[in-house]
Amino acid sequence: MSMAAPLTYTLEKRDNDNFTLNLGPQHPGTHGVLRVVLQMDGEYILHADPVLGYGHRMQEKIAENMTYLQCLPYVCRMDYLGAMSYNLAWVCAVERLCGFEVPERAEHIRVIATELNRMASHLLWWGAYLLDLGAFTPFLQAFTDREQILDILEYLTGSRLTYCYFRFGGLPDEVDDVFLERTMSFVNGFRKRLKNYHDLVTGNVIFHHRSKDVGVILPFDAAAYGLTGPILRGSGFAYDVRKQEPYAAYERFDFIVPTETSGDCLARYNVRMEEFVQSMNIIEQAVNTIPEGPVRSKVPKTIKPPRGEVAMAVETPRGELVIYIVSDGSKKPYRVKFRVPSFANLSVFARLARGQLLADALAILGSLDMVIPEVDR
Amino acid sequence: MIECCYIKDIIRGFASLLVGMRVTMQNMLSRPHTVQWPREEAPLPPRFRGHITVLPDEMTRYPKCFACGTCARNCPSGCITVSGKKPAGARKKVANSFFLDFTRCSLCGICVESCPVGALDFSRHYALADFDGRKFQEMDLLQDLVSPF
Amino acid sequence: MSITPLHLLIYLAGISALVGLNAVILVWLERKVAGHMQFRYGPMEVGPHGLLQTLADGIKLVSKQLLVPNQADKPLFLMAPIVSLVPIFVAMMPLPLGETVQAWELNIGLLLIIALGLLNTLGILLAGWGSNNKYALLGGSRAVAQILAYKIPLLLCILTIIMMAGSFSLRDIALAQEDGWYVLYQPLLFIIYIVAITLETNRSPFDFSEAESELVAGFHTEYSGMGFSLFFLAEYSYMFIASALASILFLGGWQGPLLPGPVWSLIKLYAIIFLLMWFRWTFPRLRIDQMLSFGWKILLPVTLLNFLVTAGVLAL
Repeated sequence: MSMAAPLTYTLEKRDNDNFTLNLGPQHPGTHGVLRVVLQMDGEYILHADPVLGYGHRMQEKIAENMTYLQCLPYVCRMDYLGAMSYNLAWVCAVERLCGFEVPERAEHIRVIATELNRMASHLLWWGAYLLDLGAFTPFLQAFTDREQILDILEYLTGSRLTYCYFRFGGLPDEVDDVFLERTMSFVNGFRKRLKNYHDLVTGNVIFHHRSKDVGVILPFDAAAYGLTGPILRGSGFAYDVRKQEPYAAYERFDFIVPTETSGDCLARYNVRMEEFVQSMNIIEQAVNTIPEGPVRSKVPKTIKPPRGEVAMAVETPRGELVIYIVSDGSKKPYRVKFRVPSFANLSVFARLARGQLLADALAILGSLDMVIPEVDR
Repeated sequence: MIECCYIKDIIRGFASLLVGMRVTMQNMLSRPHTVQWPREEAPLPPRFRGHITVLPDEMTRYPKCFACGTCARNCPSGCITVSGKKPAGARKKVANSFFLDFTRCSLCGICVESCPVGALDFSRHYALADFDGRKFQEMDLLQDLVSPF
Repeated sequence: MSITPLHLLIYLAGISALVGLNAVILVWLERKVAGHMQFRYGPMEVGPHGLLQTLADGIKLVSKQLLVPNQADKPLFLMAPIVSLVPIFVAMMPLPLGETVQAWELNIGLLLIIALGLLNTLGILLAGWGSNNKYALLGGSRAVAQILAYKIPLLLCILTIIMMAGSFSLRDIALAQEDGWYVLYQPLLFIIYIVAITLETNRSPFDFSEAESELVAGFHTEYSGMGFSLFFLAEYSYMFIASALASILFLGGWQGPLLPGPVWSLIKLYAIIFLLMWFRWTFPRLRIDQMLSFGWKILLPVTLLNFLVTAGVLAL
């Protein structure tokens, strides 16, 4: 069995001028090591075939040989941009399996850290999407603001990108007021900066022409392909795991789920920009109502869950992540399955890219906001 | 009327371009955010994760580590190799070799947390560079400490 | 005015120096402008505030290995950067930078510059075809479509100015603006001209032929070292020529109150180049079909209308 593409992609005698273009694993426009084999007629795409597996690291098999605590660094390296939500999913899944309680203060801090991480991930998406469209400045502007979030999270956890922060039963160590003050001052400053972003990009006529009516996902397709996250909400469904199956204190906070109906790239863009505002609202409420108390409840040193299985769904910045653990009563899980959002989101690309210009196909890929290591696990 | 919308669209589009240009000009006139390393340094937060170090015992200045192997067992990447023996006339073992494979370490901190006596902690070194790769594959964490052997 | 071979040699040497100096300044200026618009410094290490950065870049590019891809059309591949670069030396000759600072006083100077400006596209097309690379081919064909759509509005702009001045010679056009720069009489035309030169020199928001996030580097994907640097030299020199034309046709060339003529000319030229750089770092890129429809459906009617109105006003 060879790793090359099937034989139909090599030279064959044709009487038309169509050619095969390899949007290869190394390309500035695909976010990570994604290979898409395109059959093209001039600049129009006739057929798009994603080829995956360039980043496969056997995370699910490795997890069968690690204890529950040892899996934590592996889990956050799957989606390095939304690492807090992955951490939260793993920790909440094991807590649900073992029946541990989490103190309220820990739950508030978990929500604050996850929402800050969501904002950082959306900032990077904003910069990278506009870089795909050809504007170079918004990328650096987004990174300037993202640095502040990363500094705050570095103060809290010690790491900037792959946080191995939450522990079973709560948080590993105490949280002081400096973190809360820095978070509030960042949120107040960012509300003003968001207006700058809208001035630079959202009203721009060139941006509108590149995003409006490009890559329309109809609601039927969105439901059929199993899309989740801002893509689904851009096509009209108000489905957010934080509202449908609340976890980790989200039902205490008051926020709306932004939805658009047109299903094109502009709709997805607007959904994510509105999610900034909602995340800031959640952070403000969490900081204002945080109680005093312990940050970790008493849990045994080695986690040995009872026999059984658990499925935990969380809302990552890209969509719905489901972690399914089967435990056989020992220190190491018997089987772990990650249902990652980018895998389903990528599957709709082959349908969307048909008949589009190459430039539009890359804009669609940018608006789908995928992280390829997550797809390949 | 079609002509009216056509002209209005052009004017509105053009105005949006000017608004964007104003933002970039404001960026240009404001102070850059770069911290020019190595002439200036960004402040390190207190919980910064450099590579791990073995802490010395306060009174005897020997390594606190008594080579139980908990950190080596709990490390997800298998980076730690530790061994120890009892010095003459002591009750507990003292570590006599502690090697960290920093090329595989993911800075997760599980070793620091799981040590029963708190012998490990993060250092604050980040500017590490060398010509010899073996220096990072077998980082000797006991080289700066007093040895009882 | 006839020109002796000795004068020709001296002027060519002077123009080569100008081209080289211009490239050095523009590379540095572009990186500094890009840096400051993005909250960072740009080059700061090599020389004070990065002034010697271009020198370091030049040394690096010259020392790279010249690769020719497998099964590439070698003569075309190697000829393409030269085809882009050589017409610049001739195109710079009729440009007046001062009252008496002009290499070659031609009575059809403007026509010569416009005609030689097309050879840049020929170079891009040769590079695209000769590289044996589908991305380069896409980049090259996009450049041809772009030029076809934009030459006509550009020519109409220039024809309007020629009508107002009454001559093809650049010196006469600049002298005809003594009582009022043409930008005051034709502001819309100035804006259209700026858009047209952004297109001609393949700068963002119209840099389809070297679109970095779609086609990996467009027509110069397979070039390394000296070939790449020759394309860059050609692009910056065309920017210089186009901005010089803008300052002569609309802003009065070397005329200004206190400073000597050439200094004013350079100030206006570099102001327009700064405007082009400002566009590059602010706007996203258009799509090729949107750009073509913009050219045929918006620019062409507006320019034609302007031309007819100007002709009518002048006849009265």
